[in-house]
Amino acid sequence: MSILVDKNTKLVVQGITGREGAFHATRNKAYGTNVVAGVTPGKAGQDVEGIPVFNTVRDAVEETGANTAMVFVPPRFATDALYEAIESGVELIICITEGIPAHDMMQVYTHLRRGSQTLIGPNCPGIISPGRASVGIMPTQVFNPGRVGLVSRSGTLTYQISKELAVLGIGQSSVVGIGGDPVVGSSFIDIVTRFDADPETDLIVMVGEIGGNEEEKAAEFIAANVSTPVVSYIAGFQAPPGKQMGHAGAIITGSSGTAQGKKEALEAKGVRVGTNPTEVAQFAQEALAAL
Amino acid sequence: MALPSGGANCLVTTSQGRRLDLFEYQGKQLFARHGIPVPSGEVADTPEAARAAAERIGGKVVVKAQVQIGGRGKAGGIQLADTPEEAEAHARNILGMDIRGHIVHTVWVEAASEIVKEYYASVTFDRSEKKPLVMLSAAGGMDIEEVARTQPEALATVHIDPLTGFQAHHARWLVYHAGIDAEAQGGVVKILQQLYQAFTDLDTMLVEINPLIWTAAGDVVALDAKVTIDNNALFRHPDLLELQQSVTEDPQERLAQEKGVTYVKLDGDVGILGNGAGLVMSTLDVVALAGGRPANFLDAGGGSKADEVVAALEVLLSDPKVKVLLINIFGGITRCDEVAKGLLTALDKLGATLPIVVRLDGTNEDEGRRIIAEQAPANVVVEPTMLSAAQRAVELAKGV
Repeated sequence: MSILVDKNTKLVVQGITGREGAFHATRNKAYGTNVVAGVTPGKAGQDVEGIPVFNTVRDAVEETGANTAMVFVPPRFATDALYEAIESGVELIICITEGIPAHDMMQVYTHLRRGSQTLIGPNCPGIISPGRASVGIMPTQVFNPGRVGLVSRSGTLTYQISKELAVLGIGQSSVVGIGGDPVVGSSFIDIVTRFDADPETDLIVMVGEIGGNEEEKAAEFIAANVSTPVVSYIAGFQAPPGKQMGHAGAIITGSSGTAQGKKEALEAKGVRVGTNPTEVAQFAQEALAAL
Repeated sequence: MALPSGGANCLVTTSQGRRLDLFEYQGKQLFARHGIPVPSGEVADTPEAARAAAERIGGKVVVKAQVQIGGRGKAGGIQLADTPEEAEAHARNILGMDIRGHIVHTVWVEAASEIVKEYYASVTFDRSEKKPLVMLSAAGGMDIEEVARTQPEALATVHIDPLTGFQAHHARWLVYHAGIDAEAQGGVVKILQQLYQAFTDLDTMLVEINPLIWTAAGDVVALDAKVTIDNNALFRHPDLLELQQSVTEDPQERLAQEKGVTYVKLDGDVGILGNGAGLVMSTLDVVALAGGRPANFLDAGGGSKADEVVAALEVLLSDPKVKVLLINIFGGITRCDEVAKGLLTALDKLGATLPIVVRLDGTNEDEGRRIIAEQAPANVVVEPTMLSAAQRAVELAKGV
């Protein structure tokens, strides 16, 4: 098994006729993902490398039975695209777009969480279940089928760590980039929960970075609820403590958001934290060997 | 280490979309447009202009340094003036002052207020709850983090559903629970509503008033203004775009701002260019673990095209402290061949001779490596892994 995307995924790509949308939709299809439709308003009837284009997501879903939407729409139109995807009824929405205003995402998030659909992103690299499906912009050659579930806030760091795992002969059940924005549809906790329930995931690698307190919350959650072993990496130890304007932020989280603080929170709950991508891959290897 | 340019929380913001911090006077001007009472005032960038402003305002005035850092009062950056002459003298002292690394270029001259009580009010984006959070306290005028720690009961807070917004009952709940004086409650309720409106209308991440004062005349007035705008939303605020001004004294950070490059100066000698905030932060960490000192954080971003790589390299190569460049790219949406082409173009244009260590992986990696192998000058070396590239760069920086 795997999580979120697999052979049952039927993907509609919103913004498929744009430069990046066309490039990555085509690559996803070439990887074996079932890309059933694209959407660009006003371009119904065209096709991108054989993928039929529709005017609206609803049309695409009705015609093709798409169950997953990928949003590749520029930021000023992406909020609308997200609501359109939600209203089309697809189970899973993956938003690659970077630069969506935080106020828009607060509203999208609140709306979405009242229903049962899943949003990954925005500002994320997507999801790959190696050998089954790739939805997003990840360079597929660094991923191999295997039994590690990888979840990360950072796109390029995800590739780096997957490459380090590949060097050690370790593959992944699924790799999920949850996105780097302050408001993303799915948290570490959401994805860790899915991996924990996946019988083909033996180990979870969680890749965090400075800012916010999602890693700290995940540490608590893992200790209380997760039976699958977890190892972690946090980026940003060399980030200088910045000036902060106003003081409201620090009061709320009660967390410094530093890499050191996150590392300590995770280690306090028994999660090993590597100091660099190579070391976390070694920790993963050791954890798998101990199973 | 050097402080980064613009943006609360520095590097944190590079992975969150940049934020635009406004000066007090800009915040107050926006507050005034949203109906929030502020003392009348004027901006001045010379002592003479401060005097003229004080004459127009009339009576006692306060001359306030405009810098985006706390502790101005303690540093002598806020002075009361009884006369226009005094205002001029204070402005002469304050302008050019260095407040914790921030040079004062502007003062705000405003009518002095007679303060009866100082309160605190803010609306901020609560990243953990993914909702706006409104906070109110009767213990204003001091460090609000200290208040939260020592007398949490003095701080009333309420989360707002972003779909239904701030209602009058939220404001009433806050004033009753924050212990706002009965005579001031009406004014505070009104300001909270306007403050929330400003928070959403302006796409801010933070609007904070500390102190919010209750005056002898019975008015409730914002005596300070901290406003942070979400840069991702600037496309729908062309008027705010004009406020986006250079606040940094550092030549590389200024150049980076002009070129739209996400750059933060650090104090080492290994110049770093990478793509994606997480990978760049990790690169800094790995350079430090290898015994080196990163000169900067530079995220060329997703989808880096050749032009963007050229702009990024221009910023890095303009820093005389940089002894070696480390280019660490893992292509996803970024294509390695574009990075390689950008590097060649930049070297052609800038003629750099310092050692450059390149690591390319990911989308179109073979093409990227081929371009460098065939066309790059001898000072460019390619390393197969991030770790080996960092080690090589550190050795070269140390002259090994």
